[in-house]
Amino acid sequence: MAMQFYASPEQIMRDRSELARKGIARGRSAVVLSYSGGVLFVAENLSSTLHKVSEIYDRIGFAAVGRYNEFENLRRAGVRMADLNGLSYDRRDVTGLALANAYAQTLGAIFTEQSKPFEVEICVAEVGATPEADALYRLTYDGSVNDEPGRMAMGGQAEAISGVLKSQHRPDMSLGEAVRVAVAALGSVGGEGGAARTIAAHQLEVAVLDRHRKGRTFRRITGAALTALLDAEAEESKEPATEERPETPATPTQEAGKPTTSAGSADLEG
Amino acid sequence: MFTNAGTSSFTSFLSRVAPEMLPGRRPLPPGMAADLAPHATTIVAISAAGGVVMAGDRRATMGNLIAQRDIEKVHPADAYSLVGIAGTAGIGIELMRLFQVELEHYEKIEGAMLSLDGKANRLASMIRGNLGAAMQGLAVIPLFAGFDLAAADPARAGRIFSFDVTGGPYEETGYDAIGSGSIFARSALKKRFRAGLSVDDAVRLAVEALYDAADDDTATGGPDLTRRIYPVVMTATAEGTHRLTDAETAAIAEAVVAGRMENPGG
Repeated sequence: MAMQFYASPEQIMRDRSELARKGIARGRSAVVLSYSGGVLFVAENLSSTLHKVSEIYDRIGFAAVGRYNEFENLRRAGVRMADLNGLSYDRRDVTGLALANAYAQTLGAIFTEQSKPFEVEICVAEVGATPEADALYRLTYDGSVNDEPGRMAMGGQAEAISGVLKSQHRPDMSLGEAVRVAVAALGSVGGEGGAARTIAAHQLEVAVLDRHRKGRTFRRITGAALTALLDAEAEESKEPATEERPETPATPTQEAGKPTTSAGSADLEG
Repeated sequence: MFTNAGTSSFTSFLSRVAPEMLPGRRPLPPGMAADLAPHATTIVAISAAGGVVMAGDRRATMGNLIAQRDIEKVHPADAYSLVGIAGTAGIGIELMRLFQVELEHYEKIEGAMLSLDGKANRLASMIRGNLGAAMQGLAVIPLFAGFDLAAADPARAGRIFSFDVTGGPYEETGYDAIGSGSIFARSALKKRFRAGLSVDDAVRLAVEALYDAADDDTATGGPDLTRRIYPVVMTATAEGTHRLTDAETAAIAEAVVAGRMENPGG
């Protein structure tokens, strides 16, 4: 005869948390941090098409770790919500905070109502006018939201990576420095016997929200551009005096001279 | 409502969650409504070597009145394509914004841009959705042009699509014009268009064609030298879409007007 056992709510929540935490810790990590020219996303990802980092809206990006099908579902939902709000109101009215709140509601509801929680951790990042104005929101499997101070690591051995980031990250870094700090932090764990390891360019997914662009600021850094950023490390250790310039112009000069705006999205008129 | 596996199309998503935001889904009272709202007029597009040029005049009319002198009817649809709107201005602008979001949405969801033909087909189905309103006089006709990234020959990558109220699309060879002054603009282009024009020559030709349209059609505005209002001219090339600055279009428009001082027929 089948017996129904009583399980206390505390026990159910603990079990679900444990399932989610284990799932997230099994995967590879991702790092998000502010630098002088914007917000940088670096994820360890063997696939070049199944993205962990994506564009949501003009100044909002998305990074996730955990189960692909689950965070992909959340990403699509975010793009739909952002596009709907941007069309109904204005492009400037789509904010990272609204999106983070919506994700928190969704994840919280799934955690309490469904038999299995989402095994994901996500970051909603919004680039501001200065590194201090950047907003990084960490959303966890149970729907809790945290506003992170300019840098965060998720997935795998996130705590160890966060430690490295905390000691090396400064918000006024150039893009090259930021990429190298992020990659060093990701590589600080997972080597033989807990030692550091090197991560090759093809195992990385790198993207930025470019602070100085108008309109859609998200762009991926792949191929030769990424290798050049990583290689600068070797050169720099030889010649520490080499000053790297950020790739982006200091001011949006071109667009500033544009006479009029489009009824739809002004940013396209490049 | 956002988390269904669903589709990559923003209009399909809207039709499920917010159908009231789609033009053409609103019930209209019976009767003609043609004189209710301003009308946008002439747009021309010319394919050039290595790209395409689109230009529109700045006038919107309501019956015999000028509703607006500086309306903008040519817009970028996405990074490599342009859309111009003729017909009922309010619905046209709404449709154009929706089309911009549609293309961007697909690109973000799928991680890849639609093909140029795919974009034209999406626009066609959006126009078809407005057929009911069009039959009551609130028609919108777009002109769509873009740089085809998949073209085998980059010199022929600039492509133009026209539409009718029931959709379309029809690919045009060389040049096309829409709106009330289109018959005059197209006649001017017929005589002066040559395959393989440079982009700069095509820009000049587009402004000339708009001048000819304004010459014979009261609803099309010519270059307004006193108020410094000039046509909107955009290009789409391998580098993406580009809008000529006011200073650039002013120089071209003034040259065209100076030419017509000598020879009014162009």
